[in-house]
Amino acid sequence: MKIPTAKGADLSRRDFLRSGAAVASLTLAPGVTLMAFGGSQAHAAADAGKRWGLLIDANKCAADCSACVTACSDENGWKGAGNPETDAQWIRKITLKNKATGRETTMPMMCQHCEAPPCVDVCPTGASFKREDGIVLVDKHTCIGCRYCMMACPFKARSFVHEPTVNQKSHAPRGQGTVESCTLCVHRVDKGIAPACVEACAATGHEAIIFGDLKDPDSDISKRLAQFPSLALRPDLDLDPGVRYTNL
Amino acid sequence: MIARLVLLSVLLTGAAPLAIAQERSALLPDVPAATGTPHKEGNEYWRRNHMDLMRHDRDLTMRDGNREIGASLKGCFDCHAAKDGTGQIVTYESDRHFCRACHDYVAVKVDCFMCHRSTPDGVDEGAAHAALVPHVPQREADIRGLVAYLQQNTAKPAVISGEAGQ
Repeated sequence: MKIPTAKGADLSRRDFLRSGAAVASLTLAPGVTLMAFGGSQAHAAADAGKRWGLLIDANKCAADCSACVTACSDENGWKGAGNPETDAQWIRKITLKNKATGRETTMPMMCQHCEAPPCVDVCPTGASFKREDGIVLVDKHTCIGCRYCMMACPFKARSFVHEPTVNQKSHAPRGQGTVESCTLCVHRVDKGIAPACVEACAATGHEAIIFGDLKDPDSDISKRLAQFPSLALRPDLDLDPGVRYTNL
Repeated sequence: MIARLVLLSVLLTGAAPLAIAQERSALLPDVPAATGTPHKEGNEYWRRNHMDLMRHDRDLTMRDGNREIGASLKGCFDCHAAKDGTGQIVTYESDRHFCRACHDYVAVKVDCFMCHRSTPDGVDEGAAHAALVPHVPQREADIRGLVAYLQQNTAKPAVISGEAGQ
């Protein structure tokens, strides 16, 4: 990905930017809570030694609550344009009903951040990709809007932006003609902050979503996964999603 | 470069040139003044290399998650948020926008602001920005518009063939 013409001059520039970065990290420092997720220090890049994931407890998810959806929309600046069939949905609440017993379960549904993501397999331009730390993203610089990934995703996690966009969040660029989905709030995770949905769910007191490093055996999420039964959606597809559910 | 050539040719032709040089300069981009600390490498370097720098760093940030680089469009607007006559920060829809100052001049349309916001966080972009559509050349109208633009900005009226009969 290196661009030869820029390379020679890059060193001096890097030095220059470092001075600015130092100031920025000072102001960021109060928000950095990476230790809470079992991390050591803020890394300069996505760490292959980690795999970020979510654990969703369907028992704790209240049917009448959609705080996670609202928080995601606010954080990432996506909202409906009045076309329910095509509006973006980075996260949505779904309801499962056991037809035999009539019991209903609700839970949030978003990109499952698969270890073997079908969206990445089918992408003809390489725009759909998985970061070293397991977060699956769309590089909109190379996305051509073909929507193969939307067809490939068994979870209907991705949306296509049909309308022109304004007032995007600077940390979550999104534009007409590209595909988008849950980013696991990658801009927050890189700062050591949990995703917006997790924070919002905890704020309601439900605490139905837990965020953490699946590769760290001492993280809260790993301990719970080791202790209690959990489920990967569509286990038959063997995608090894980073989002796990309990009490479905 | 073009600017220098124009200036050079004007100087070489001798008399009367200064007035013309000033008139001609109206066609050259007025780069909006920035705030903050100037780029260490100088403006010439950045004018020539900014697209390579940004493309290179966007891949590092996007693909590798490297957030220490700090070269982002958001970062650009910390210092390069151009304002209109009323002191309001403008969007890419306005020809006063920092990026458009030069990009209009060299007739290069950038697609960055299809996805990225063209103003600092918190400065409303408004619906007009969303209405930005790819420019479809309209032969007659465009020619007339260009002629009007050139006449307005140059000392010598620009004449193109076929225009006189209209």
